[in-house]
Amino acid sequence: MIKFSKVEKTYASPAGPVPALKGIDLEIAKGEIFGIIGLSGAGKSTLVRCINMLERPTGGKVIVDGQDMTALSDSELREARKDIGMIFQHFNLLSSATVYENIAFPLKLAGKADSEIKAKVEPLLKLVGLEAKAGQYPSQLSGGQKQRVGIARALASEPKVLLCDEATSALDPQTTKAILELIRDINKKLQLTVVVITHEMQVIKDICDKVAVIDKGVIAEQGTVLEVFTNPQQPITKEFISVLLSNDLPAAFRGGKISPEPAEDAYLLMRLTFIGESADDPVIADMIRKFPEVETTLLFGNLDHIKATPFGRMIIGLRGDTAKVQAALDYLKSRDLKEEVIGYVKRHDSSAD
Amino acid sequence: MSNDMIPLLTKALGETVYMVAVSMAIASALGIPLGVLLYATDKGQILESPMLNKVIGTVVNAIRSIPFIILMVAIIPLTRLLVGSAIGTTAAMVPLVIASIPFIGRQVETSLKEVPYGLIEAALSMGATPMQIISRVLLPESMPSIVAQLTTVVISLVGESAMAGAIGGGGLGDLAIRYGYQRFRPEVMIATVIILIVLVQAVQFVGNTIAKHLDKK
Repeated sequence: MIKFSKVEKTYASPAGPVPALKGIDLEIAKGEIFGIIGLSGAGKSTLVRCINMLERPTGGKVIVDGQDMTALSDSELREARKDIGMIFQHFNLLSSATVYENIAFPLKLAGKADSEIKAKVEPLLKLVGLEAKAGQYPSQLSGGQKQRVGIARALASEPKVLLCDEATSALDPQTTKAILELIRDINKKLQLTVVVITHEMQVIKDICDKVAVIDKGVIAEQGTVLEVFTNPQQPITKEFISVLLSNDLPAAFRGGKISPEPAEDAYLLMRLTFIGESADDPVIADMIRKFPEVETTLLFGNLDHIKATPFGRMIIGLRGDTAKVQAALDYLKSRDLKEEVIGYVKRHDSSAD
Repeated sequence: MSNDMIPLLTKALGETVYMVAVSMAIASALGIPLGVLLYATDKGQILESPMLNKVIGTVVNAIRSIPFIILMVAIIPLTRLLVGSAIGTTAAMVPLVIASIPFIGRQVETSLKEVPYGLIEAALSMGATPMQIISRVLLPESMPSIVAQLTTVVISLVGESAMAGAIGGGGLGDLAIRYGYQRFRPEVMIATVIILIVLVQAVQFVGNTIAKHLDKK
């Protein structure tokens, strides 16, 4: 549906050229929700604006629905833009127009008749749950309601693609959740391709199918959300994920010397990740049963879902006879889960924490 | 109070209102598009054209830098050409209009600059043409501010019209000079000043009310 090939964008500045995008290659399939995550200044806003040419790439091609957007004339581009809806962090509603008039705006621009506009706007008001607010002005609405108007307006011209530029960044967590649910519903109902730009991993985790991590104008990593979450490759990706998943050691071990070699009284600490089916398996119980002489301590545990896939994370500590601990570790490795050995650490107990 | 004062004041007030209203209407009809042009041709705007912007900006600044009383005299040949005479209420409107067009242009430009760029970006993303952005986004969104700015222009026109009166344009300024000053009738001077104060207050009140009514923010 959307294809970036070698897209470059360089801004001219008095201090010389500033590259914002450096050779972006991306493919977004029809009907999927594709997340692009990056820190501010990473180039994600520029990237999304290259889809509808609000920013013109200085190199490469952007193909949307088979059309090379970079090659269109002004009037062809205006037509093509009607197939690409966009919502914004600050909503960008007309303050001088009512909710109804705001949603009708793209239809007015297209010169549609009032009766046709009414037939389109009313179902949209219903879709976003704002029937009762049709006659109000944006200043009378809450942030979440404003974004609902933004969404309805973006959908009015029946686009094939919806671009969401930090659409929930100005909203509180509850409202964010409701707006994300609405976007996901619309994606399912209308088979709409959605591109989500955000700096919050939570947003990616909640609604996206695929994710690309952008850093300093290049795509650092991309894949399905599950892949990227469970097996992040790049430090920047790990950083985004660590915001959601506590990667810190429990207080009793934090700051202790981590040694790769076994030592007396030290615990072998490891992170375990269970994905999908294996999250339901009693792996730990089995291990304890098999190696009763190994002391097993559960230090951290968390079970989450990425879309419908369960995703569990755990930090455990094993202590006992070195050979037995190694055998328990080998047993875990034989099971269907991901383990990452942290090392041998002594507990610096009670006194400090 | 002598009995000739009431008709004198009424006539002068009528002339002032006529001069200001007609000048304002003509100046707005030309000054608002000028303001839009100043805004839209600026760097990074929807009709970006640095050369045109520079030329218009320079002309606007040039006219605005001429004191009104000098402008009035300097354009007498033009006034003769346009209305056939350099004296009289209609003739006084020529310099009033010429002085107000660039003033309105700058005021409108300032108002348009207050419209958040995000709104233009949103309209562009929906496939709006530059003309649609001007007529359906920029002007409606900045209307409360434009009305407030135009109110200021009307008030300065009241003052300038008094000056124009001094060269035979009639109106309250003319009355105050000829009767109040030259014929030593302080009561005419005081009455004129009071009427001007009330007039300006009324203009400001009406302007504020309209701007407030339009503002949905």
